[in-house]
Amino acid sequence: MWIAILTIAFIALGAGLALSFASRRLPSDAGDLVEQVNDLLPQTQCGQCGYPGCRPYAAAIVDGAATINLCPPGGEATVQRMADLLGKEIIPLVEQAEPSVAVIDESLCIGCVHCRNACPVDAIVGAQHFMHTVIESECTGCKLCVAPCPVDCISMRSLT
Amino acid sequence: MSAPTFDLGKLHGGLRLPGHKSASTAEPIRDVPIPSQLVLPITQHVGDPAQPVVGIGERVLKGQLLAEPDRTLGAPVHASSSGKIIAIEPWPVARRLGDTAPCIIIECDGEDRAIEHLETTQNFMAAQPADLLSQILKGGIVGLGGAVFPTAQKLMQAQTCEIEYLILNGVECEPYISCDDMLMRERAAQILSGAQILMHAMQIDVCYVVVESDKPEAVRSLETALSELDDDRLVLKQVPTIYPSGGEDQLVQLVTNREVPSGGLPTDVGCLVQNVGTTAAIHDWIVNLEPLISRVTTVAGDGIANPMNVRARIGTTVQDVVEFTGGYAERADHLIIGGPMTGKSVTTDRVPLVKATNSILVVLKTSFQGRELPCIRCGDCASVCPIQLLPQQLFWHSCADNEVKLREFGLTDCIECGCCDLVCPSHIPLTANFKIAKGRIQELADEKARAERARRRFEARNERLQREKQDRDTELARQKESAKQAGPAAIAEILKRKKRQSEDD
Repeated sequence: MWIAILTIAFIALGAGLALSFASRRLPSDAGDLVEQVNDLLPQTQCGQCGYPGCRPYAAAIVDGAATINLCPPGGEATVQRMADLLGKEIIPLVEQAEPSVAVIDESLCIGCVHCRNACPVDAIVGAQHFMHTVIESECTGCKLCVAPCPVDCISMRSLT
Repeated sequence: MSAPTFDLGKLHGGLRLPGHKSASTAEPIRDVPIPSQLVLPITQHVGDPAQPVVGIGERVLKGQLLAEPDRTLGAPVHASSSGKIIAIEPWPVARRLGDTAPCIIIECDGEDRAIEHLETTQNFMAAQPADLLSQILKGGIVGLGGAVFPTAQKLMQAQTCEIEYLILNGVECEPYISCDDMLMRERAAQILSGAQILMHAMQIDVCYVVVESDKPEAVRSLETALSELDDDRLVLKQVPTIYPSGGEDQLVQLVTNREVPSGGLPTDVGCLVQNVGTTAAIHDWIVNLEPLISRVTTVAGDGIANPMNVRARIGTTVQDVVEFTGGYAERADHLIIGGPMTGKSVTTDRVPLVKATNSILVVLKTSFQGRELPCIRCGDCASVCPIQLLPQQLFWHSCADNEVKLREFGLTDCIECGCCDLVCPSHIPLTANFKIAKGRIQELADEKARAERARRRFEARNERLQREKQDRDTELARQKESAKQAGPAAIAEILKRKKRQSEDD
């Protein structure tokens, strides 16, 4: 009987050592997980979650610093997919948002390039003192261009 | 007469449906007179809308180009008769219920004057294959079996593959529709000539002309035409009458016993499938330079007084066509454009006849549709599915909106033939569900693609900003360095100048 107990104990010790070694020394897959979470995010780079972009938010989620319900453009569907991926509870979104695009009222635009510099995906074209316009197909509806406009000529148009 | 060749590939499932074709095939094809007004949608094909090249008020001639594709996928639209363009505006079309699409509207002058072409290609065998292909592109020819994929693009795609067989699709398996049947009876020579043009253009050596065995008249007519043609590269084949053996992939399986891979095309297994109507249209265009401006369509159903096949100009409204045949029967209730299995319901007969319209079906009040009940998992749907999918599982997952499972169970391969609907004892509208689920999957894929593009643009922007900052830093460092090298005297000089300037101010 002692032989059996010793054998089992020995195997358990060996396995434990191997596992602890693996967890410390082998590269963790956290990087992969961040990528996976990032893939689920809508890539609007809007910063509404309080992080400077989608990838930093993904990293914060994986670290446990952020909850999964901070992304309004992603909607409930994104919350659900992240909950599935990370094995977390589905929690209601902090804020609802509907898909929209920015529209520049071109007759009011003074060509100050503030909005162009604010756009995280380069979806606004225009040069200094020339009229600007939004490339609608590339606009993610992040609203980051609305606040910098000195003449308030940018509005959001709902896509639904 | 050759015996039906049943030793072909086997089709899984399918249904033997009542044909209802004898009523419409009793008389020869009749020509619908040119209507007072033609309505020509600019999108009559798969792909991007064609862009109009004519203006309102302009006079056009029969066969004149009205709109041409500006992107890679599309087909031009030609005037079906001569007249004046009175509007380019949205008009009801038979795409989705209550849908409208931009149409070019011609007020016909009744003269039907044709545009003059330079020369015809009577001897197509002498023409270069590449020239023939580019010529086909200009004819506005699309697949007339119902899918309306631009023929020229299909051929160009096929050119990138090794094609062994050209398969002429004369299998008209859906009930009521008999336009291809009548076309084969009356214009077999033109159909085969179109096939020869295609074989020459694509350098294909074998052509199977495939007809269902319930069309003996068409078979006889094709045989006569074949013996006159005396071209042993063309072979007539008969297949059993099972719905949906006229589907492209199903036909390839039946004739060559090769299975088209999931998500693939018949060209992947060395086959090019063309509808018989399409090859007749190719003949008309290449030999007679008449673009696709008319087509044969079946007007049938219990709600039609005199079912028949008619040849009508593209753009004639369904109302005009039905009136020509003798109007509606007394208890006509419901108008379907296309066949009973895959057609689309429309609420108005103002919709125009387009290149895709192979049938105008008017049915009586539907009494067979029962109330939808829960699925009892009998598996009947799986046994009739020609793609060997599991409709009951797909239904389950489409209710749960489970995209991953739907993909896993092969929803994207569903051809929406409607067999599962028909056999379902619980009257579940499975195909309608699958269509919606397919739309959702597409939506998700689009969303994903959009996010990916946004991410790439964001990363590119960050890179650019970083590069600019770096450039600025190096430039600043360079200026500092050069100032240092100029020595303290130069710096003192500059400072003095600065001071003087500020005093002046």
